[in-house]
Amino acid sequence: MTVAYAQRRKGAGWLGWYVVGYLVFTYLPIVLIPLFSFNDAIQASFPLKGFTLDWYRSLAGNETLRAALVNSISIGALASVVATALGVMISYMEVFGRSPLARVVSGLARLPILIPGIVVGIALLILVNLSGLGPSRTAIVIGHILVALPTTVIVLRGRFMAIPKSLAEAAADLGAGEAVAFRRVLLPLAVPAIVSAGMLAFLTSFDEFIVAFFLAGTDPTLPLYIWSQLRFPKSLPTVMALGTVILAISVVLATAAELLRRRGLSADPSKSTTGKNA
Amino acid sequence: MASFKTDIDAASLRFRFFMMTPGVLVACGLIVFALGLLLFLAFRVNDGSLLGAGATFDNFVNAVSDPLYAMVALRSLVIAALVTLATVVTAYPVAWYLAFHAGSNRSVILFLLTLPFWTSYLLRVFAWKIVLAYNGVLNSALMMTGLTTEPLTVFLNAPAAVIVTLAHAYAPFAILPIYVALETIPPSLREAASDLGARPFTALRRVVLPLSMPGVLAAALVVFVPTVGDYVTPALVGGPASTMIGSLIQSQFGKANDWPFGAALAVLVMLVILALVIIVRRADRLYVGRK
Repeated sequence: MTVAYAQRRKGAGWLGWYVVGYLVFTYLPIVLIPLFSFNDAIQASFPLKGFTLDWYRSLAGNETLRAALVNSISIGALASVVATALGVMISYMEVFGRSPLARVVSGLARLPILIPGIVVGIALLILVNLSGLGPSRTAIVIGHILVALPTTVIVLRGRFMAIPKSLAEAAADLGAGEAVAFRRVLLPLAVPAIVSAGMLAFLTSFDEFIVAFFLAGTDPTLPLYIWSQLRFPKSLPTVMALGTVILAISVVLATAAELLRRRGLSADPSKSTTGKNA
Repeated sequence: MASFKTDIDAASLRFRFFMMTPGVLVACGLIVFALGLLLFLAFRVNDGSLLGAGATFDNFVNAVSDPLYAMVALRSLVIAALVTLATVVTAYPVAWYLAFHAGSNRSVILFLLTLPFWTSYLLRVFAWKIVLAYNGVLNSALMMTGLTTEPLTVFLNAPAAVIVTLAHAYAPFAILPIYVALETIPPSLREAASDLGARPFTALRRVVLPLSMPGVLAAALVVFVPTVGDYVTPALVGGPASTMIGSLIQSQFGKANDWPFGAALAVLVMLVILALVIIVRRADRLYVGRK
């Protein structure tokens, strides 16, 4: 055993360095965006030319950009609220409803993971044109609900599955109907996971490009605005400044969502019975 | 338990109906119906109208028989397969480390690895454009260190650029499923293998690798699906030599304006994915059966 353990330790050293290298490779290209967003040159190339905030200043006065930002935020807010509410209902019914239909619905709700974005985009484009809605902000909201739904369902069913069945049963034995048990017992236990799922759904929508590309009418979202600017080499530094802001928002939201998700799994009464479940 | 299930009163029934309906509407009304429409359109003749006219197999016949389309389809499959292979093979040791060696750092490393997943995919691809460009980061760094005197043109506008970019963009997808599969392997099995005299590599090959196969296959699937339909990366870093099936589909709904043909191409992509899902399911059962 000790020999095996020692061997494992030795292997872990190499493996540890591999993981460090992997992380560096993962982050290096992304870090270049903020790095060059402060660089005083049109070209993103070494050596760095000096520090500037000009590219960020050029963001401030840009009306199209402001409109795209408002667009992205409102679409993301609406899509994430709907996707999260749907996620709560679908995963609750799957875990506690014990009906085959609920399992089928949950499977279908997670299906968009297995569909490339372009297929979701064109299928919905046909649908919104058929329904007379046409490419529009509402169409993007619908598309983003579908894209975010697998995330919210997966996060929330994980949460509902971790809640001991005995809690719902205790509520029922004490005379609570299903609706009361849901509202007073299960929903409060799931709040951190719900907020976490909502944030991740918002991020999914906020960063989503492929589906929005097909469903956008005349008002672009932020990623669509970036896409339109990529054709102009001159606007690259501005895109990098904008990209830095978007990356910062993503990192903050994803971190908050992770902290909430963990709190949801550890700091509540169900923990003592479910054991470690991170 | 009995009371929770059997005596469903009217209020509970109403509650269940209320909780069930939105999901059913979205699943059937949006997901199934939209995919059904796509399938329907794929069998229609393009006459410029929204749903086309008449029934036909021509869209599929054209897609399969035209050598240009066949080449693009083949290229997409090869690129997606290489990206999948690269991400899964590079992710496996990371997942291994997380499952068996990370100790108290595990949750931090796991978070760092999954964080890029939540950043904009468009920006991750864009980052590679500035890295690989003619006047870009890589060329200027090479010239600064004196490795080359002239910027190299080999980086951008090549299928290799697409593969590297996609592998990087989808790397976070691969780690989690493999890690979960490795984590659920009971430590006793690895100890037993070592007690019975298996060298670490033998134990890996004969015990751990087969048991983690479901996770590996799941990882392969979640990387393959978005990469095979991608059109952003070929457009940004790939150039004309890297056109993928996604780019073709996109142009049918744009410039080429042949929606039924685009729908048929999309249906073909979905068929490939469906075949893979079936294979993965089968293999899953095979490996789980061997436990």
